[in-house]
Amino acid sequence: MALLQIAEPGQSPLPHETRHAIGIDLGTTNSLVASVRQGMSHVMNDAEGRALVPSVVRYQEDGSVLVGYDALKAIAKDPKNTIASVKRLMGRSLTDIAHRENLPLDLVDNPGMVSVKTRQGVKTPVEVSAEILRVLNDRALQTLGQDIVGAVITVPAYFDDAQRQATKDAARLAGLNVLRLLNEPTAAAVAYGLDNSSEGVYAVYDLGGGTFDISILRLTRGVFEVLATGGDSALGGDDFDRRIYCWVLEKAQLKSPPTIEDTALLLLRSREAKEYLSTHPEAPITARLASGEVLDVTIDMATFAEISQMLVSKTLQPVKKTLRDAGLRPEDIQGVVMVGGATRIPLIQRAVGEFFKQEPLNNLDPDKVVALGAAIQANLLAGNRAPGEDWLLLDVIPLSLGLETMGGLVEKVIPRNSTLPVARAQEFTTYRDGQTAMMVHVVQGERELVDDGRSLARFELRGIPPMVAGAARIRVTFQVDADGLLSVTAREQTTGVEAHVEVKPSYGLSDDQITGMLKASVDHARDDAQTRALKETQVDAQRLIEAVRSALTEDRHLLNENEFQLIESDIVKLQTASLSGNRRQITIAMDDLDADCKEFAGRRMNQAVNRALAGKTIDSVEEAMHDLHQVANAPLKEKK
Amino acid sequence: MSDSKAAPGIAITADLLGADFFTLLGLPKRFELDIAGLNERFRQLQREVHPDRFAAADDAARRASMMLATQINAAYQTLRSPLKRATYLLEQAGIDIGAESNTAMSADFLMSQMMWREQVADARSDKNLAELERLQAEIADDIRDAYSDLAVMLDQENRTQDAVEGVRCLMFLEKLREEIEDAVFALEDL
Ligand SMILES: Nc1ncnc2c1ncn2[C@@H]1O[C@H](COP(=O)(O)OP(=O)(O)OP(=O)(O)O)[C@@H](O)[C@H]1O
Ligand SMILES: [Mg+2]
Repeated sequence: MALLQIAEPGQSPLPHETRHAIGIDLGTTNSLVASVRQGMSHVMNDAEGRALVPSVVRYQEDGSVLVGYDALKAIAKDPKNTIASVKRLMGRSLTDIAHRENLPLDLVDNPGMVSVKTRQGVKTPVEVSAEILRVLNDRALQTLGQDIVGAVITVPAYFDDAQRQATKDAARLAGLNVLRLLNEPTAAAVAYGLDNSSEGVYAVYDLGGGTFDISILRLTRGVFEVLATGGDSALGGDDFDRRIYCWVLEKAQLKSPPTIEDTALLLLRSREAKEYLSTHPEAPITARLASGEVLDVTIDMATFAEISQMLVSKTLQPVKKTLRDAGLRPEDIQGVVMVGGATRIPLIQRAVGEFFKQEPLNNLDPDKVVALGAAIQANLLAGNRAPGEDWLLLDVIPLSLGLETMGGLVEKVIPRNSTLPVARAQEFTTYRDGQTAMMVHVVQGERELVDDGRSLARFELRGIPPMVAGAARIRVTFQVDADGLLSVTAREQTTGVEAHVEVKPSYGLSDDQITGMLKASVDHARDDAQTRALKETQVDAQRLIEAVRSALTEDRHLLNENEFQLIESDIVKLQTASLSGNRRQITIAMDDLDADCKEFAGRRMNQAVNRALAGKTIDSVEEAMHDLHQVANAPLKEKK
Repeated sequence: MSDSKAAPGIAITADLLGADFFTLLGLPKRFELDIAGLNERFRQLQREVHPDRFAAADDAARRASMMLATQINAAYQTLRSPLKRATYLLEQAGIDIGAESNTAMSADFLMSQMMWREQVADARSDKNLAELERLQAEIADDIRDAYSDLAVMLDQENRTQDAVEGVRCLMFLEKLREEIEDAVFALEDL
């Protein structure tokens, strides 16, 4: 049976008819839209010939909404209703937002995702992003006509499930048909690779306004295979602005503290100074503050280099880790493609060049390359493959996925950097006799303990037929699709009870947590191992207690009062030891309990044997043998 | 299934979903394998079935494409790692390596493991990068030898039980290699 019609998959019915599809780079600072026309990818400009749309949304008094340059103009005047860098809020809860004290916005901690209070009401980041996407879509409609079949939207490679889902939701809200979420560095690689018909292993270093991504790709005859990806979703040009801002405050010694408006203005001036310094030896910073005080300082390149050195090396950490994940050394990299406006900083160029011992590649406009690549991918997905054009993207999942198991441990199910789409099934069993429901808790991150990772979703598998502990077989399948989005199915094997969940995570990973988690998983590998050993011992202790309790329920009559009391007190001691967290004490208490149960176990065995011998019919003997077997095979202490 | 060189038009059938990984990737079922052929075949297959090829197709075709692409990724991940490949081959022969892990390892092997670990721990605490790199090269040699032995056991002499033992030793060795790598990485990073 033919499962897939592979003859002409995804091709348009009429070869000459083009189905327009667009590529959108939804950036922290700037957004763009591009499409392929006459076989070439082009960015679409506004009436004034500008390609960039500043990612700024202003909610005005009259109920209208401004997006882009017009909104940006108001940022120092009306900071509370003018939302910039909304991308940093996508799929996040309030406590996850880095530098939120510096944000002039009124943030509201809605369950699920942080929101912004504006004069037009509370807006979710999804709604704000949708405003930007609407403007881009309108621009595309005007340029291309009405027949846009869909869009490819780019996301930082290091975005987690919640952030991706939020982005997709925003696109849907803006009325776009999302053909694919595409990782930003991968999009850049497509634009670069197809342009240069390159082969070999490349690194894409993408430092934008608010995020940093590093991806290592292998290009082989039209296949772009991402080998590893990493980054820091809270590191970008914005941080360099903040450095300058802090320096300015220190240098200027203001008479009164800056207002919210002053801060917004000074951050803007700092950014201008940073950009000016990319091509000039020094940059003047002047501003009239709310108090009337005039600030006038000059920053030179050397000072800028000094105050931002730390940020530059901060980008090299994920670079090293990602190379290592790919099993490569800097000298294995054939070319380093520079993406994102902040890579124009000469200090960055130099540091990257020194690390890889080669001149970075800057031959594509770092502002546009992501949108151009997205458009090329969109064109292909829409079925406009040119004759002979045959290329494919194989991307990866940036952060591992796992399930919570007993004792707060994470069972890793899909390791980071697995090629998409990927699925993995894992079997779990019940822990108590007669257990009929089971919680499934999905976690994302690299650490071994649930508390250190990020919770993505919880659901309950109900209706498990009551069986003895360990008899049920629950198979949990994780499927991550080509967009990097997860769905989970759980199925009880013996009865076929099934649960399916679209993972709509209630919140995402925090900026700090995301990088923190990766770093910590290396740094604390040893801590984890010890904690893990303790947790395992605690679980063993719990199992032993359960087993003894269940034996006591059935066969207490086999014990006299003293024996029963002894076992009971052993259980209490073991519970106390378990809570104390001292692994040695737990082991000792377990041994004690085990020893004091020996006699009891022997009597239970005798009882089963007697029952077996007393049985007359074949059936009951078999049953009794089965009982006997069970008693014999239920060691009070689990073998490790 | 035709061999990896037979290029265009791979017939994608439902059978492939249930096929073993070697059949799926069109390779002979043996330990020693042509890695370049594996890579080539993997890319070729993904070109045919990847969801990107079906973005405009109907739901059923999209789902089928995702399942197949997922399966091909799984096969590729398994076959390109020699340890996973050997484990998979043994599993296919009905031997569950996991279930065998209760049998004791030879005393010699365990002893050598302990010595290794001591040396690594010493080099790590002395921050002796040169020594760690020496150990790294040494374990790489040991691992390479162990794999060629494994190839003979699995492909030529059909010594399944020895192969099981070999795979279990390699699990230890690979783990050790990883630890040495971690240590080297941590030192280089300082
Ligand atoms: N000439 C320049 N010198 C230094 N920095 C610059 C220059 N031009 C732009 N930048 C900085 O680049 C950043 C914006 O880059 P870009 O437009 O690539 O980000 P983005 O795509 O909006 O953000 P992200 O990719 O993080 O979501 C800003 O911090 C901006 O100040
Ligand atoms: Mg960007």
